[in-house]
Amino acid sequence: MDVRFAVNVRPKPGILDPQGRAVEGSFGHLGISSVSDVRVGRRIELTVTAADEPAARAVVDRLAEELLSNPLIEAYDIEVLGGSSSLVGPRA
Amino acid sequence: MSVRIGVVIFPGSNRDIDAMNALDVAGAEAVPLWHEGASLDGVAGVLIPGGFAYGDYLRAGVIARFSPIMRAVAGFAEDGGLVLGICNGFQVLTEAHLLPGALLRNRGVRFVSREVAIAAERLDTPFTRRLGERRPLRMPVAHGEGCFFADEGTLDRLEADRQVLFRYVDPGTGEAAGDDGDAANPNGSLRAIAGVSNAAGNVAGLMPHPETAVEAILGSADGLGIVSSFIASAAERERAGGPILVSAAR
Repeated sequence: MDVRFAVNVRPKPGILDPQGRAVEGSFGHLGISSVSDVRVGRRIELTVTAADEPAARAVVDRLAEELLSNPLIEAYDIEVLGGSSSLVGPRA
Repeated sequence: MSVRIGVVIFPGSNRDIDAMNALDVAGAEAVPLWHEGASLDGVAGVLIPGGFAYGDYLRAGVIARFSPIMRAVAGFAEDGGLVLGICNGFQVLTEAHLLPGALLRNRGVRFVSREVAIAAERLDTPFTRRLGERRPLRMPVAHGEGCFFADEGTLDRLEADRQVLFRYVDPGTGEAAGDDGDAANPNGSLRAIAGVSNAAGNVAGLMPHPETAVEAILGSADGLGIVSSFIASAAERERAGGPILVSAAR
């Protein structure tokens, strides 16, 4: 079976995120001052072919741990995607 | 016969020619090592140059980590071979877990390309033994992700084990820079750390570019001491241990 996943990678708590700070700094230009604590991460979507969902998930776990995130500075979580992903948009 | 030093070339490396020039200036023979190769061709030391290996996609250095040549480099390092990573090469070595810490986006967000001053914390390592004395060394940096990071416990351990090789310093006084908002620290590196070594001392990395500061015509020759220390140490190790044969099949 094919299972599509999303891996959401984000800076760990306490890790400096200059990118988030720069994005937050731009909000003033839009006249918005009510937003704080912006942190910027990364989302990776992928399809795994495996016997079942746990087997597919084991592959994603390994990729997330060894390649997609750096455990020193980043945390991640894994979502199983239903119909909507970057491959197939939500039906209008 | 001059000592042979390998220069690893990934798609996206762009300081490889500078590295080979520096090796030439310092009296070594530069041996290009393509990323798809699984052999180090019997070199006495390995230099991983700057650039944007594999486009720096995902995180700087991470995709390079899984290339065939890095498998060979990891084996070489494990056997005590000398490996020096400069800029992107430093990022590759941290991602490969051959060096501690991580290089985060510069604290000021901008890509920084200018001259900085660093000083060696130790003069008794394979990478600094020819520097002679502790003094500010002028050389360029050119990076967007050079902010050295490790958790407090790791930083304390690196200091205690004397694995901090270089710090950003004030070019006038030679005093270590601060880590936030100090112009002498170009990227906000914690404890102004510009370069570190592994626990065994045979693998080192730094963000500044000693290889582009090896001749007066380049604006500074302060980097030559680092390059020639590395070469002298690699030559000595080769003489002591005979030719170093490294198999990638591990």
